[in-house]
Amino acid sequence: MTPTIAILLIITFLLSTVGLLVLIWSITNNQFSQSQEAARTIFSPGEEGHSEDPALESNKPFLGNTEIQAAAILDRWKSDQSSRTAVLSWLSSAVFWLVVGSFYGLMSSIKMHVPEFMADSAMFTFGRVRPMHLNAVTYGWSSMAGIGVALFLIPRLFKTILVGRKFVIAGCGIWNLGLLMGLAAINMGLSDGKEWLEFPWQIDILFVLAGGLCAIPLVLTTANRKVKHLYVTSWYLLAALVWFPILFLIANIPFTFPGATGATVNWWFAHNVLGLWVTPIGVGIAYYLIPKILGKPIISYNLSLIGFWTLALFYSQVGIHHLIGGPVPTWLVTLSIVHSVMMSIPVVAVAINHHGTMMGSFHRLKDSPTLRFVWIGALMYTVVSLQGSLEALRSINVITHFTHFTVAHSHLGMYAFLSFILFGAYYFIIPRLINWEWPWRRLITLHFWLVSIGIFIMVVSLSIAGLKQGVALLDAKMPFIDIVRMTVPYLEARTIGGILMTLGHLVFAFHFIAMLLRKGKAHAHPTLFRHAEIKEMNS
Amino acid sequence: MNRPFIIMVGAGLILLLATLMLVVMPYLQMSAEQVPPDLKPYTAQELVGRQLYIGNGCIYCHSQQPRDPSFAPGDGDRGWGRPSVPGDYTYDTPHLMGTMRTGPDLFNIGARQPSMDWQLIHLYNPQAVLKGSIMPPYRFLFRHVENPGPDDYVVNVPPPFGPKTGKIIATDEALALTAYLLSLDHTYPAPTLPKPIDIVDIKE
Repeated sequence: MTPTIAILLIITFLLSTVGLLVLIWSITNNQFSQSQEAARTIFSPGEEGHSEDPALESNKPFLGNTEIQAAAILDRWKSDQSSRTAVLSWLSSAVFWLVVGSFYGLMSSIKMHVPEFMADSAMFTFGRVRPMHLNAVTYGWSSMAGIGVALFLIPRLFKTILVGRKFVIAGCGIWNLGLLMGLAAINMGLSDGKEWLEFPWQIDILFVLAGGLCAIPLVLTTANRKVKHLYVTSWYLLAALVWFPILFLIANIPFTFPGATGATVNWWFAHNVLGLWVTPIGVGIAYYLIPKILGKPIISYNLSLIGFWTLALFYSQVGIHHLIGGPVPTWLVTLSIVHSVMMSIPVVAVAINHHGTMMGSFHRLKDSPTLRFVWIGALMYTVVSLQGSLEALRSINVITHFTHFTVAHSHLGMYAFLSFILFGAYYFIIPRLINWEWPWRRLITLHFWLVSIGIFIMVVSLSIAGLKQGVALLDAKMPFIDIVRMTVPYLEARTIGGILMTLGHLVFAFHFIAMLLRKGKAHAHPTLFRHAEIKEMNS
Repeated sequence: MNRPFIIMVGAGLILLLATLMLVVMPYLQMSAEQVPPDLKPYTAQELVGRQLYIGNGCIYCHSQQPRDPSFAPGDGDRGWGRPSVPGDYTYDTPHLMGTMRTGPDLFNIGARQPSMDWQLIHLYNPQAVLKGSIMPPYRFLFRHVENPGPDDYVVNVPPPFGPKTGKIIATDEALALTAYLLSLDHTYPAPTLPKPIDIVDIKE
């Protein structure tokens, strides 16, 4: 024990010294005085003040008033077209896995209050269907959609074209194959047995290969960039694309972490999938789309810098809050709790930037599907992160740990935050790739309300169930089976929420396919939630 | 920040630091911990059962990590056992600590429910022994035969949960899973837990 403490102290001392030196260096080299100019790199010349949204109600799309401006817009169109097949391959696969994952989620939800539902088949027992849901929506939907959106944004942000498309498409094929084999393995009872790491490690090699194939074009595209400033979004995307492969590789090395050490590696990885993979993707996308749709730069570029580095520093060490009260060293748990609470710094920094930029422009939420999805996602990021910081405190964790409350919290993060931002990004990106407008605006409205009401019912019912369950578990007076019975009505409510969300996904997938087939009329105007104003504009 | 290289290297270094703190340091500390002398390695049959526990996803509803009574008194009071220590998991790869208690903690289920027949009936249909249970039945681990042979392990499922005619017999898989569950007994003293001060000793 004493050597551990000594090593810890030495590391802490060295770190503080290095940190201080880096700080002195960055101040003397003016690393912090990023001008607000950098926040404007996302606009083409003359574009600031114009919304780049298919759903803008009053302005026609900005096409440039001078030749230089028009040429910049044309260049951006070329950037978009350069990534077209690559992005569409990832985004279409993601929609497919979203629908598959939803059905597995729904099936797990029903099984929790109707244990006899599809109970006679080993392949569809609860303990296999539930991890299939998690893996399909995490590595299928969220990760594939995230990579697809990143592939679209990176050429745009660097004002260049995507090079090495063939690698990306090959990577997409291999990733899909990995998912198919991984899910089949869980289905057959061949799971590796660790949450978030269920795919057998032999199959995980495919994901490493596919990720590597995507990294090549990204590095080449970054090297070809034609911008001076790197916009905030590109920091998040670049960092995420460095982090995930390292995490995934270390966590999946077989035969290395026996016994209780396996648990710390497991949760170090699992929370980093959230913190260093899906969060930077979601936050990065919102950092691009919100200012782009509003036509005004983010309010504080310096704040975004602080937000980014503190996220990297704090989020990477929160994982062990999943083992509070567990058989791991106390200092380790405390370290993760401290970092979980410190996470409020990047979260507030991002919140000020996202919501501050929205100030005075909330009326746009009525008309723009992208903005509505993305901003609600950004708001839920603020909520779920602050909730997470609280949940890591021992006094609260002792109640919420091991209960449905955690499930509610994770869906608030992975769905109400990340998936909403991804939905918004789809509504923005696809028209630009295939030069066609979304065919039916009512389907976008229907999608929005189905998933919003669905996730609301789910999060509220599971949060209440989890709190009641957690309090009851602390006191042995209430028999365990009574706690189980108490939660059943809330689990039934969750199924209703799940049905609505699944219906929403079917609507979204249908609309997506119709869009790819260029159904509907050729629109002269963008697809809006309400298009009364457009009629006025045209008349 | 205008250099992608710095961002990517910086991001990598921060992750390296986190890996050092959350993976390497705990590994060094925990792998040096004393193995409780009374902890037995799993038998071949128990290991088969453990693999079934993994393959059928028991961890999604059952934890294996009772907490300290001074922190969460319910765990000990429900008979789930003393707080677990890293040494208890020496033979547990992968770890099966779990994160959910839709069902109870199973770290000492072998001591709490030592009856093999109870375990088998419960696996065949949890409702048969526990009304209101939402645990799914694992009937696919059992076979229905009209006349059981001399080597078959017959499970006497109480009516109305059993078949109308014939008998239910446990497959090798059901027996292995049961053997694993019965092996979950960590009631021996843990050498690394701080011992409560014995007042009698002090007086002497």
